[in-house]
Amino acid sequence: MIELTDIHKTFKVGNREVEALKGVNIRVDKGEVYGVIGFSGAGKSTLLRMINLLEKPTRGRVTVNGQNLLELNEKQLRNARKRIGIIFQHFNLLSSLNIFDNVAEILRINRVPKPEIQRKVDELLKLVGLEDKAKAYPSQLSGGQKQRVGIARALAMDPEILLCDEATSALDPQTTESILELLLDINRKLGLTIVLITHEMHVIQKICDKVAVMENGQVIEQGTVLDIFSVPKHNTTKNFIRTIFNDQMPEEMVKKIKFEKSYTARLRITFRGDAAMDSVIGNLSSKYAVDTNILYGSITSIKGTALGILIVQISGEKDMVNEAISFIKDSVYNIEIQSQKEGKREVLQV
Amino acid sequence: MTERLLDLTPLFTQSLYETLMMVVIALLISTLIGIPLGILLVITRPNHLAPNRWLFQILNTIINIIRSLPFIILMVAIIPFTEFIVGSAIGIEGAVVPLIVYTAPYIARLMETALLEVDRGVIEAYLAMGVSRTQIIIRIMVREARPGILLCLTIATIGLIGATAMAGAVGAGGLGDLALRYGYQQWDLPVMIVTVIILIILVQSIQSFGNWAAKKMKKNA
Repeated sequence: MIELTDIHKTFKVGNREVEALKGVNIRVDKGEVYGVIGFSGAGKSTLLRMINLLEKPTRGRVTVNGQNLLELNEKQLRNARKRIGIIFQHFNLLSSLNIFDNVAEILRINRVPKPEIQRKVDELLKLVGLEDKAKAYPSQLSGGQKQRVGIARALAMDPEILLCDEATSALDPQTTESILELLLDINRKLGLTIVLITHEMHVIQKICDKVAVMENGQVIEQGTVLDIFSVPKHNTTKNFIRTIFNDQMPEEMVKKIKFEKSYTARLRITFRGDAAMDSVIGNLSSKYAVDTNILYGSITSIKGTALGILIVQISGEKDMVNEAISFIKDSVYNIEIQSQKEGKREVLQV
Repeated sequence: MTERLLDLTPLFTQSLYETLMMVVIALLISTLIGIPLGILLVITRPNHLAPNRWLFQILNTIINIIRSLPFIILMVAIIPFTEFIVGSAIGIEGAVVPLIVYTAPYIARLMETALLEVDRGVIEAYLAMGVSRTQIIIRIMVREARPGILLCLTIATIGLIGATAMAGAVGAGGLGDLALRYGYQQWDLPVMIVTVIILIILVQSIQSFGNWAAKKMKKNA
């Protein structure tokens, strides 16, 4: 559906050249919700603007729906853009038109017949839940309502793709939830492909199927949201995921934990789906001569699949501990040994 | 004294008519020239719809040069041009040409300010939706800037009324000319006062109308 291949973008700022994108590759399949996350300045906004060519790449290929956008002339590009809706952080509505006209204007510009416009706009306002606000003006609406108008407007031309440029960043948490629900709803109902950029991990968690993590103009990690959440590799990714699973142990607490046994290992265990975590940990002490101490535990759902994180400390004789670890390994998705300690000596695993 | 002023009524109505004539003709033509110029001044900026550094610089410089000249000097300086265009440098037609040369760049500047108020994000939104640049200018930029444009035309009209007073110098008549001849040259205070009152009422009503219309247009913005 969307393929960005080896995208480079260099901006001229004064006499300096700034490389905003350094060889980015992204592939979004039809019907997918694809999220790009990164801190500000990572290049995600520039990347999103490549998909409708609001920014032209210095080098690389932009293919949307099998069409190489860079080969199109101005008129062809305009037609291609009509099939790509976009919503913005600051909504960008026309302040001089009421809600109905804000949605209708793009149809009028494209010479859609009047009765058709009436039908279409009514339908869209109903879809976004604003049918009673048709006569209101943008200044009379809340942020969430304005974004709903933005969504209705973006859908007016029956696009196949919807781009979301930090669409919930200016909204409060509750409104963010309702807008995300709406996006998920239209993704399912209309089979719309959605590409969104955000700096909030819970947006990714809530609606995305796949995610790309960006830093310094590069994609440092990408894959399904479930995989990335289960076993994040890059430090930046881990930091983002910590905003959901805050599994970082406070330093003072780590120091206070007493190690009376000869050997102690701290594990970060990830389990997915129906893995019965309780029985694994519960049986541990009866099967092996080890002490088990649960330091942290959390479970969340990612698009219907349960994902749990557990940090446990196992202590006992070294061989016993290692046996216990391999027992756990067999029944969980992933296990990471964060640290191990022999007597008073701690060996950190990287 | 009242009687004398009543006798002079035709003189006042004639002058008012001449002023309004000059203002209306000059305003219409200046607007037709000024609005496109104002649009060009905005869209030729870097990163706008049609960036063109040369065109922007040239327009900008010409407008600055014309805007530096006081009307009375401009009027005299372009007499050859005026004669070339309308065949005469005196009378109403002789005054209208310099009035246009004076007002059109003024309107262009005010238009520029009004159009720059339109959020860049809104323009980007419609570009992203595949709308052509011409359509964006007409349907998005000019529409969004309407209240500002109206206020800009109000200011331009009032500036124009001020300039018409000096047009009396080329025998174009008008209220300014009346005040000059009777009030200044003959020291006829009553005529002077009446002229001033008419001018104040005229300017006040135009400004009030402009404000009212802009507010009405903006009521929901």
